Parts: sequence; C-alpha cells; structure tokens
Amino acid sequence: MRGFARRHPVWTAVLLVLAAVLLWMIFAVWPKWLIGLIGKKKVFLNAFFNGITLGGLYFLVASGFTLIFGLMRNVNLAHGSLYMLGGYIGYQVASVTGFWLLAFPVAFIIVGILGMLLQLFVFRRMEGEDLRQTLVTIGISIVLADLMLWGFGGDFYNIQAPDWLNGPLRTFFVTAVKSSGDPVYMKYPMVRVVIFLASVVVGIGIWLLLNRTRIGMLVRAGVDDRDMLSATGAPIQLVFLGVFGFGAGLAGLVGVVGGTFQSIAPGEDIRFLLASLVVVIVGGMGSIPGAAVGALLIGLAEQLGSVYAPTYSVVLTFLIMVLVLAFRPQGLMGRA
Amino acid sequence: METLAPPRVLDGEQRSWLERIPVGYWVLGILLLIMPAVAGDFILFQVFGWTFILGMIALSLMFLAGYGGMVSLVQMTIAGCAGYMVAIFGVSAIENISLGWPWYLSVPLALIIAVLFGTLAGWLAVRTEGIYTIMITLAIASAFFYFTRQNYVIFNGFSGFNGVLPPQLFGVDWRQPISFYYLTLFWAAIAYGVVLYLSRAPFGLVLQGIRDNPRRMAALGYNVIAHRVAAYAFSALLAAVGGILLTWQSAQISPGTAGIGPVIDILVIAVIGGMRHPIGPFIGAFIYVLLKTFALDALVSVGLSGERFQLLIGVGFLVIVFWSPDGILGLWEKWQRAKNRDPLLDRSGEGP
Repeated sequence: MRGFARRHPVWTAVLLVLAAVLLWMIFAVWPKWLIGLIGKKKVFLNAFFNGITLGGLYFLVASGFTLIFGLMRNVNLAHGSLYMLGGYIGYQVASVTGFWLLAFPVAFIIVGILGMLLQLFVFRRMEGEDLRQTLVTIGISIVLADLMLWGFGGDFYNIQAPDWLNGPLRTFFVTAVKSSGDPVYMKYPMVRVVIFLASVVVGIGIWLLLNRTRIGMLVRAGVDDRDMLSATGAPIQLVFLGVFGFGAGLAGLVGVVGGTFQSIAPGEDIRFLLASLVVVIVGGMGSIPGAAVGALLIGLAEQLGSVYAPTYSVVLTFLIMVLVLAFRPQGLMGRA
Repeated sequence: METLAPPRVLDGEQRSWLERIPVGYWVLGILLLIMPAVAGDFILFQVFGWTFILGMIALSLMFLAGYGGMVSLVQMTIAGCAGYMVAIFGVSAIENISLGWPWYLSVPLALIIAVLFGTLAGWLAVRTEGIYTIMITLAIASAFFYFTRQNYVIFNGFSGFNGVLPPQLFGVDWRQPISFYYLTLFWAAIAYGVVLYLSRAPFGLVLQGIRDNPRRMAALGYNVIAHRVAAYAFSALLAAVGGILLTWQSAQISPGTAGIGPVIDILVIAVIGGMRHPIGPFIGAFIYVLLKTFALDALVSVGLSGERFQLLIGVGFLVIVFWSPDGILGLWEKWQRAKNRDPLLDRSGEGP
C-alpha cells in the first residue's frame, strides 16, 4: 500500500479524494442542491448498498473461478452451470426438508464432488492443453444447462428464506431530516446484510486458508510455479483435485445464496459466468483480493448504473473492463 | 539413352490455373450449381442458405483461430452488428428508427461499421493470448447482447427490427429460395476462395508464423500486433457479409440473433468442422443445420422430447473435442493416414 502511494502519488491523491467524497455522501445529510442534482439520498444509498451486496455475491462466485484459474490455468466456463446446479439442489433440499441452512452443505458437497469428478475424468486427461480444456467446459456447460432445463423446466425458483431473515433492518445511516428535526434512518433488507457479511467471512476464510495453512502454501506455490512444485514432490494432483472441488463447491453454495436472494432460472448460469469473467478480468486472474476489488467495482457499477443511467448500465460495466484492459491488461491486482 | 532423359514434369507454373483446380472442387461446384434442379425450396433456402451463412461466420472464426491462433467469440456479434446496421440505415418495418437509405449506401456503411467494430474488438483482444482471448471476446459479445436488448433509441430493444429485406436488384427478388441460394453460394464461395488464397499469401503466412512463435516473428521484424489486428479486421469483413445475409434470410434482427447461445454455436460449428482448412466451417455448419432442422423429428422418433436438441449438440461437441480436437477434418486426416500406413514399416508414405 505504501509502495503504491510512493510510486503513484497523483493516483493516490485522486483515490483518497474519491473515497472522502463517497464517505461524505454516505454519512452526511445531503444539502438541497445535491438532491436537486441527483435525487434523494435514500435512492443513492439503496443503490450503493445493493451494489455492495451484489458485489459480495459476485465475489463469492468469482473467487472459486479465479482460484481454479490461478492454479490450473483452466478457464472453467462451466462455472455458471455449477452455480445454477447448486441453486436447484438447494431449492430441492430446502423445500423437502424445510431447513434452509441444510441446503448449503448439501449443495457444497454435491457440486464439489461433481467438480472433483470433472477434474479426475476430464481435465486430468488433457493437462497442459488449456484451450482444449476451455472448449470442453463450454461443451459441459451446454449439456448441463440442457439437462437442468429438462429436469426443472423454465420456471423461476425462489428458495424460501427462514423468518428471521425476512424483514428490514434499521441501519444507522441517516437518509434525511424531517421538518421536526428527527433524523430518518435507512431501512435495509436483512437478507442482503447477511449475504454481505457471509461474503466477507468467506473472503477472510479463503485468505486465511491460503496464507496461514500448509494447504494454502501448496496452492500458492502451485499458482506461482506449478512445475517446480511438482518437482519438489508435493502431491500436486491431490492439490488440484482439492482446489477444483472447493471452487466448484463454492459455486454450488453461492447458488443457494443466489437462489434465496434473487431467483434461479435458465439463463442465470450465463449471467453469473459472465459476471465472474468480468470480475476476474478487472481484478486480475488468479488473485483473491483482485476478485474482491473487481466484484465490488462491477456490483457498484451495475447497481448505480441501473439507477442513474438505466440504458447504459451494461456499457458502464463494459467500459470499466475496457479501461482496465487498456491501461492494466493483467488486471488491477494481477501480476504481469 | 532414352531412359536417362529426365521425365517431362508438368510443372505447376506451366498448367493454367483452371487445370490446377483439384477434381473435388469441380464435382462439388457442379453439384452445388445444379442443386436447385433437384432440391426443394425448403432445402435450398433453409438448409443450404443457412449453411452457407453460418459457414461464412464460422469461417471468419476459423481464419482467426486456425491461422492466427486466436479463438474469438466475437464473430457472431460482428455479424449481428452488420445486420443491425443494415436494418438501421436501410429499410425495415420499424420506420421511426430505420433511415430507409438505399442499399448501395446502407450495405457498405454496415460493412464499414462492422469492420470498425471488429477491429476495435480485435485491438482489445490482441492484448491477451489463448484462453484470455476467449474470455474477453465473450465479455464483449455479451455486452453487445445486453446493450442491444436495453437500448430502445437505436437498437429498438428486445424486439429488434423486422421486415429487413434484400433489395430488388436486376429485377430479381433475392429472397426467393433459388435466387437466395445462389446469392449465399456466391458469397460463401468468394469467402472460401479469399481465405484459401490468403492462407498462402504473405499475409497469411506471417499470421501462421505469429501463431506458432510470436517472439520469433517479432525478432524477424514483423509487427505482431498489427498483423493480428489486421486479421481481426479481415475476419470481421467475412462475418459482416454473413451477418447481412443472415438478416436478409430471416428478414429480422433482434438481440437474440447475436445472443450468447448463437455466439457459442459459431464456436461449436467451427470446432466440429475442424479449424485446419477453410472447408471445415462449412462442413460443421452443414451438420449443425441438419441437426437443428431434423433433430426434432429424429429425437421424437426415438421417444425423446424434441427440445433436447441442445443436449445432442453439446454431447456431439464434447465427443469431438475429446477424441478429435481437429474436428471432422481431423478424423478424415487420421483415416487417410491409417489407410496409407505401410504395415511393414509402420509409418506412412513411400521411400526409405
């Protein structure tokens, strides 16, 4: 962080000013002219927090993707299908047993096992041919999408969240001041807060796993130099298997989150695949902090864009990607 | 002494170019030319017309991937862009958006804009290599899809444009099955010929050199980036012609025309056909169109629901990628090699 500030003093200043403006916009009571310019503070705050929670969801999907990519150079274009499969499994489990929390481990395990099977029977057979692996994942995603359409039809599925998650949460953000002088506090859906907290916890968990454990050390060494790691006698195939299973399982688990928070329907697989693609391109391939930064940026751009420039929100996301590619092709946090 | 005289070899230069065309091309060409005499309107318009169009778009991908080593998923999007431009500048049923310009303005403009778009996408994509290219072009393609779906001012949103018809040139209605068949055949043949020519021209050879070893080509003094972007521009032209024909065939263009599914389908077509030779994409397109047209009946007849077409395509694609990365053409070459194999020497070819 300090190194960055020393190398790019101007950019650091710009970023600091931007952060200060943002903080002021979140905490201050907006003056009249600003409300006249861009509308009520409530709208802005809602869009802002929706962006952050969406970013959390994107981060959860993209972290599995980027982990698999970073270690195995395998662009798993079936990642969105794994997400959707997790959502359907979660729906089944939650509606049959009635326990929402049970859906998470079941989806994680089943989708994780599927990921391991893929790694064992498909990717291990074509190691080193990354283009061919990518083509295979496209084929798998076509097949999985059609099988799920066959099994579940084209309807929207929504996983019912338990009661304690429903309803709004009163936050301490002041959106406006009444004429009587009482502040109006913002209300925000409980589910979204929980999802955001969960993504933070998972993010920190992955970071700890990668940076503080022996398995994480193996994975990081594999990301840096796969050949050298296998030459030292580390059980690299086991590490590959584990990471693939974990990444896939994470996608399945997030499918349950997405199914609760939004809904599961055909087409969602592609949406989340693209979101993870853009997130890892922006953040940098194979980097977990990069995935977090990219997911936040994309989530915020999508939500703020859909409020303030409805037609062009997609273009905004795309523009971010183009700018990053033009000035930093390896991604914001990626290594060249 | 006569035996010592060197045998008279008919050198390639000595024969006229007509004689140098292999027999296979003559047979195929004549077959395709007399096809309207035997085939019905549906076969001509729907099966062959569509095959040639999809083949051209897949050919543009094959040119990039086969000779340039760049797997671009943006080709269908370029085709869609050209189709949209024809609808916007030319005549369509959406009269408040379409400008209604004559074809000699709208078609060249559409081609130019599509090539510019393709060049821009290529300029972005060549900053990356291999699998990264797939990811970035897929992201560009989906951005175009979502943008056209949301934008109502220029692209007319979800419904797109309908009533986009080819011009009545030389007094011929080019949307009649027979005339449309010849129109698509003509452009497909030109595209095929140009790609075949380019593959042996200096530009194509440099491109293949760059595919095999970019650093060495750069050391030899070739501008790697410029050649790659030029390849994108050329392939965008092929895709744009295909896109305009596609729009004329279905008389409409909507976001779904260049959606994620069709974008992937073009890749599937090129891979199934094979990326080694320009004929591959056309073979792939023919198989794809046959499946898409007739799989419904075939699936129903074996007791499955006709909607499982995607499953069939997906499994077929997986099988091809698994066992023959070079597609149908690769299988053909394997078979040829196996046929020529000398069982005693256990290798192919003549001589020691």
